[in-house]
Amino acid sequence: MNDLDYLALIAGMGLVTFLPRWMPILFLARRKPPEILVEWLDLIPAAILSALLAPALFTAGTPRRIDFTTPELLVAVPTFLVAIKTKSLGGTVLAGMALYWMAGWLW
Amino acid sequence: MAAAWPISLGYIPIGLAFGVLAQKAGLTSVEIGLMSLLVFAGSAQFIAVSMLSSGIAAVSIVLTTFVVNLRHLLMSSSLAVHFTGENRLKLTLFAYGITDESFAVNLARLRERSPARPWDLNRSIALNQTANLVWIASTAAGGYGGQFIPEKAFGIEYALIAMFICLLIYQLRARIHIVTALITALIALMLSLILPGNGYIVPASVLGATIGLILKHRTGKALS
Repeated sequence: MNDLDYLALIAGMGLVTFLPRWMPILFLARRKPPEILVEWLDLIPAAILSALLAPALFTAGTPRRIDFTTPELLVAVPTFLVAIKTKSLGGTVLAGMALYWMAGWLW
Repeated sequence: MAAAWPISLGYIPIGLAFGVLAQKAGLTSVEIGLMSLLVFAGSAQFIAVSMLSSGIAAVSIVLTTFVVNLRHLLMSSSLAVHFTGENRLKLTLFAYGITDESFAVNLARLRERSPARPWDLNRSIALNQTANLVWIASTAAGGYGGQFIPEKAFGIEYALIAMFICLLIYQLRARIHIVTALITALIALMLSLILPGNGYIVPASVLGATIGLILKHRTGKALS
């Protein structure tokens, strides 16, 4: 792939990534959206975060299969407790990393 | 930017790892940095590089990038309600930096904002751009010499998971959020077994939030 082809590729990737980031905020921020949409959007963050987390904790391998014995899941239990107790993002990240690092000695 | 450091801590190892991988696929540090600047989306960049190294056509790579990053539509929509009537140029600059991580941190900060803990569009832009700079720099650095850094040092590959855990806790403000999160987790788990990559994120979130909304209206006050 030459330089021009590569530039065209990443420009294309950039454009299709930017549009879904840009259009909703540009249009929705101009007028008050309907109440039902606001209620739905209120549930979206919890849903997205849960969707990002669940397969990372409860599956392993490619293709994925259900696995309740991953170190990710074991470490997630105390990490959840730290998050609930401290409500500190930095603290939770550091605690999670330390616990995962320690779990690495056991696996 | 104090609020950006947990994100940055998560981005550095992933950025380095991506840089190393991209270098093995034949890209230079400059090319890697340019991709991070224009695209700024972790998982899509990983997929693009693996497709590049197996010689897949550029059109397919762009199409895949589009599908993988479609989830930002939902995030941008959720953030929009906090930025009613803001300057369009600023909104554009902000939108460019919306990622899974910056979205969740900004949303939590916007919800909790008070005179003691102020948060606004300018701060959100600063956070996004700080994270973006860290991402560009660490991916380029990975392309340069990331292979010398041990990949599994200090449990750093757990940083993003730990961050998502805390951000999820921030979001569980009422019973309906917990119910929605549990339903979505189940749907995401099932879909992740069928769909390759991260294709399960958008359908699981949309379905989970919709079921949550229906439950909320069916049960009246009990869940909200």
